[in-house]
Amino acid sequence: MTAMARIIGIDLGTTNSLVAYMKDGKPCVIPGRAGRAMVPSVVAMTDNGLIVGDSAKEHLTRSPERTVYSVKRFMGKSLADVQNELAYFPYALTEQGGVIRIKLGEKTYSPPQISAMILKELKQRAEAHLGESITKAVITVPAYFNDSQRQATKDAGLIAGLEVLRIINEPTAASLAYGLQDKTQGTIAVYDFGGGTFDISILKLKNGIFEVLATNGDTHLGGDDLDRRIADLFLSEIQTGHHIDLTASPDHMQAVRLEAERAKIRLSDELNTQIEVELPDGKGRYSRELTRDQLESMVMEIIERTLAPCRLALKDAELTTAQIDEIVLVGGSTRMPLVRQRVQELFGKQPHCNLNPDEVVALGAAVQADILSGGTTDMLLLDVTPLSLGIETMGGVMSSLIRRNTTIPASAKELFTTYVDGQTGVDIHILQGERELVKDNRSLARFRLKVPPLPAGVPRIEVTFLIDANGILNVTAADMRTGQRQSIDVKPSYGLSDNEVERMIEDSFKFAQEDVTARKLIEARLDAEALIVTTEKSLAEGGRLVAEDVLASIRAALSALTSAKDGHDPKAIRARMADLELAAKPLSVALLDDSLKRTLQGKTVTEIM
Amino acid sequence: MDHHHAHSTGSRDLRMARSMCWHCQSEMAGEYFCERCVKVQPVSKDTDYFICFGLPRRLTIDQNKLEAKFYELSRAFHPDFYQNKSDAEQAISLGNSATLNTAYRTLRDPIQRAEYLLDLEAGSVKEIRTSPPSDLFEEILELQETVEAYRASDRDSETGREILAQLVAERQALDQRKQDMEHQLEQLFTDWDTLQDRGDATSQARAERDRLLKQMREILSNRTYVKNIVNDLAETIE
Repeated sequence: MTAMARIIGIDLGTTNSLVAYMKDGKPCVIPGRAGRAMVPSVVAMTDNGLIVGDSAKEHLTRSPERTVYSVKRFMGKSLADVQNELAYFPYALTEQGGVIRIKLGEKTYSPPQISAMILKELKQRAEAHLGESITKAVITVPAYFNDSQRQATKDAGLIAGLEVLRIINEPTAASLAYGLQDKTQGTIAVYDFGGGTFDISILKLKNGIFEVLATNGDTHLGGDDLDRRIADLFLSEIQTGHHIDLTASPDHMQAVRLEAERAKIRLSDELNTQIEVELPDGKGRYSRELTRDQLESMVMEIIERTLAPCRLALKDAELTTAQIDEIVLVGGSTRMPLVRQRVQELFGKQPHCNLNPDEVVALGAAVQADILSGGTTDMLLLDVTPLSLGIETMGGVMSSLIRRNTTIPASAKELFTTYVDGQTGVDIHILQGERELVKDNRSLARFRLKVPPLPAGVPRIEVTFLIDANGILNVTAADMRTGQRQSIDVKPSYGLSDNEVERMIEDSFKFAQEDVTARKLIEARLDAEALIVTTEKSLAEGGRLVAEDVLASIRAALSALTSAKDGHDPKAIRARMADLELAAKPLSVALLDDSLKRTLQGKTVTEIM
Repeated sequence: MDHHHAHSTGSRDLRMARSMCWHCQSEMAGEYFCERCVKVQPVSKDTDYFICFGLPRRLTIDQNKLEAKFYELSRAFHPDFYQNKSDAEQAISLGNSATLNTAYRTLRDPIQRAEYLLDLEAGSVKEIRTSPPSDLFEEILELQETVEAYRASDRDSETGREILAQLVAERQALDQRKQDMEHQLEQLFTDWDTLQDRGDATSQARAERDRLLKQMREILSNRTYVKNIVNDLAETIE
């Protein structure tokens, strides 16, 4: 067997991430220096640069506004998608080109960039352990992830310097790890309740083939939501009992969230636990006892929400609970006794949990990696697409092309023509979802089909929509008259463009090689340049609006910043920038007043009101 | 539904005749792999799904054999096993897997299988109308009015409850009707297969063949109407 570059398996989780590889026909996770296999999915911006994992987790309460956790919730999402939970996150979120950006210090980062930092940490860990360079990986995602979320995960791998050979679904990865161990045959249900997402997959295992029959889930339902429910109780009790509103204090909010998480974990083994939270400004501490019963009545409703997807998946697989031979539990949240109880009640059988629910997904990713490198040949996973794929048709209705739970790779063809003589383009809007109307489904991408100018109805362009084994859509088109293929420039609705990803890959390499001060100097110079340009523009527009002495001090501050910028001290540059901003304040106020005045001119009172 | 896009009607068997290996240009006799250079060959999108699975073109098929062949071909074509191969082979693997999955999905389901076979056999029965017969059409309209009335009514009122009871009864009747049609179809499937097995080429056999195709087409299309109404009804009253 020719030596092929090693492929590692990565579980990129909401709360924790792991890396695993195949060793002598058995998958095993790679521990870090401290012996722990799990890397907290946390990235912190410190004065000494970016740090990841356990050390970053310590910064959650120390510098909450510069410490990113649960970034997986933002993958492939726009700001509008997460509007109702923004208040829970202490770090600042903005949006650019339909993609969320996270503000850390002076820079903003897209969720794939933050995820890439976690991936890099795992990559380095594997390289240190195996003593070789690693460039290829299999990365897991929730089965119910849509196209944008999968693409964002693939982008994260690229930015981290990893070729992502396969995006594999978490529950199916888990089934591979189980199947390898037990040589199970029959129908199994994998119930995967993680930190941020919930998935249910139903599979048929036969002679080494793992055929997914149906999958369902909720990509916004996980342990995070349980923690939030508990934290809300603590916060309201602190509010009423101690008259302190912690919502304005990000570090204390984090402390409460972490205490809620720890209490939840303890209550999986114990029947009651003591809660302690230090209050700000020496106002003492909040303490109470929390029992398992109290916890369960609080989170019951959230756990119930996992059962509806289970029923839908069974319905799509055309199976009853009695026909399920085994139930496999995956994800940290399945450690809760109430979760196990509800799953057992639904399926009428005791669920399996032989393998560590935190590690089983990474182990399965390593098995899939081994299949791809030609090591394991007797196992084959046949997965499905979780959501129906379609295009927008007349009247804002979605026409479905590939139905949910279709085995992938899957393809569909559609013939397009024109309605007007000489029309040179047809706009196509691609969607994913189960609803009738376009507005209720997820917009994936848009593109314009180029058509030769001919009489209406004469052009015949065949578009092929192909969902590959990663669950990612590829679109190609061919002119049926000439047989010529056409390249399509698909613009993702909620994703980074190819150029952007490329720039981020470059950035990522660049920053890895430079030391932190050098990076800070570059950033400071760029910011200084931007400030100089905007100030000069303001001077040109509004110089006449302010007094001569204001103008003089702005000019002085400008020249001081210009010379600092040519120096090599980022701190000095930042200081001169602050000076300039202060000096220019009267000017910006005057400009604002002026533009407001002009806007209001000529309008009636009611319009202004 | 996508197999409707995937094939056009015409002579499929002709296209099955293989020509040359895309890679080494040698004459092809093997099924999916060139005998000389062992490279995977693209499966034509117009391949007859029955031939693809090595099954006779019948409406009752051996599900176990179908599944076994599907697994065997999946192992032959799946992209997982082409990771170390050339770009051309990877592209063929992807295309073949997608075609195979469509073929399996089509043949596994008895209704889709029948629809597919009807398309293959089209010929003389092409012009069969696909609108519902007038009696079914009138029923649909009437039912639609009742559904509208129910939606507009106060569901807890006396009238609301009355309409609901009426809709529940209607649904039961329609469910029964759907089942009856499926039984009829089963019988027609058996009749069709028997006729094919006999392999008569007489004009009488041809007339019988057309009659069966026509009946199947009608029932299949009516069943789709009834199925859609039942689904719609279920959504409203559940």
